[in-house]
Amino acid sequence: MKRRIGQKIFLSGVVVSFLFITGVFSVQAREKTVILATTTSTQDSGLLDVLLPIFEKETGYFVKTIAVGSGQAMAMGEKGEADVLLVHSPEAEKKFMAEGYGINRRLVMHNDFIIVGPPGDPGKIKGAKSCVESFKKIASAKALFFSRGDHSGTDVKEKAIWEAAGINPEGEKWYRETGLGMGQTLNVAAEKKGITLTDRGTYLALKKNLGLDILVEGDAVLLNIYHVIEVSPGKWPRVNSAGAKAFAGFMVSKETQGVIKTFGVDKFGSPLFFPDAGKKDEELGEKIITKFQAPKSK
Amino acid sequence: MDLILEGIKKAFWLLITFDPEVMGITLLSLEVSGIATLVSLLIGISTGVTVALSRFIGKRMVVSLINTGMGLPPVVVGLFVTLFLWRNGPLGFLEILYTPTAMVIAQTIIATPIVMGITLAAIQQLPQKLRLQILSLGATRLQMVWILIKEAKLPLLAAVMAGFGGVISEVGASIMVGGNIKGYSRVLTTATVLETSRGNFDVAIALGIILLLLAYLVNLILTQIQQRERPR
Repeated sequence: MKRRIGQKIFLSGVVVSFLFITGVFSVQAREKTVILATTTSTQDSGLLDVLLPIFEKETGYFVKTIAVGSGQAMAMGEKGEADVLLVHSPEAEKKFMAEGYGINRRLVMHNDFIIVGPPGDPGKIKGAKSCVESFKKIASAKALFFSRGDHSGTDVKEKAIWEAAGINPEGEKWYRETGLGMGQTLNVAAEKKGITLTDRGTYLALKKNLGLDILVEGDAVLLNIYHVIEVSPGKWPRVNSAGAKAFAGFMVSKETQGVIKTFGVDKFGSPLFFPDAGKKDEELGEKIITKFQAPKSK
Repeated sequence: MDLILEGIKKAFWLLITFDPEVMGITLLSLEVSGIATLVSLLIGISTGVTVALSRFIGKRMVVSLINTGMGLPPVVVGLFVTLFLWRNGPLGFLEILYTPTAMVIAQTIIATPIVMGITLAAIQQLPQKLRLQILSLGATRLQMVWILIKEAKLPLLAAVMAGFGGVISEVGASIMVGGNIKGYSRVLTTATVLETSRGNFDVAIALGIILLLLAYLVNLILTQIQQRERPR
């Protein structure tokens, strides 16, 4: 009797595992899959969770989002491991385009970077107009500063500001690299009461648990621009260029731009991103920055 | 403290309302880690028994390699599986990177040495003379192996638990080869990472609790089987 029960258990185990395997191994047709390499901010803020279902429903494509830093996203593009990129590291993007890895780089949206830190303001930088000046103050005050250290768009921006300030913080005791995404780095900064550079979207999305204040904002240097780039099929024939084109087109379409414009307003009292499709990079000057001077707060 | 209570409440709520997304994530965790464990049992037990019962030059070397493999870091496995499955990698033509299949492969690689190592130890600790006795009673070699496996049932079920426990709780490889894609390759551990980085600590705690519950349930069932007939 016992043996029979054992056999039954075994048999049902086989049947169940067979069902599992057929379920798991039903892979999507390859040409219907688009690999999107993007920054953590678009995922952590929840924007993609809103946009992707619309795109998938409209076109029938299935988007595989790989949320990494902009640096890694572009490295994936260079190797043809991604079809389309949504990134925010303009200098690196220009290099990427110049080397022929991408086509059709188009402006999608912007928000801005901000310097956040504990309410005590250890670097005495609150309200400073110049970002470079405040970085100098942080360095001379030896205030604890957290860097992403992951070659992401934010990280590249931060390194550029240090360079402009003529300071090399690398290896300093007060300068620490987390090697994590934006959300996690903000959490670390909150926990250790440190200062960090963040994009406004991720900060607003996490604000309620952080206890970090905005210390510096509104400097033109702090503009954070997102571009969509299709990975060039010329270098890597396996790249799904039709899917990439569809996705890039979707990101700059009127409907999507409308969604971006209102995304986050109900939850945070102000939008997380500002749609810019069709504009030129140069138009995004100080004019837009002023918009951030008085963020609505709820 | 509030946050933890909030998380427990959230977990309870997600469970009783059968939240479709959380259910999907939970089922996928179970599927991926379940299949990986099954496959690793097939490979691990057969190889483990073979190595335990045979004598060859360099056996100690092989055994020490297997034992090292028991501590294989998931991120390293994830990295190598990614490199192999990349479009331009040696197995790129399969086009299975960022799929649950790739996660099954990575988790199988993690679980197999664990199962193998425990099997090896379990079979080796059986008295040497038992083998001779079984054979002298007229059993074929295959029958002998089967009896030995049955003798080592307790530690072998421990191997199942260790293997399953190792992969269901693993995050490094799953996030690298699965990509943590919503509704497709997102499992409990990778979802917990994401919700933590989003600052949704209550959801993260809830997912953690569900993961613990799941691991507990599976181990409860396995322990029931293991302890059913207490030997001697």
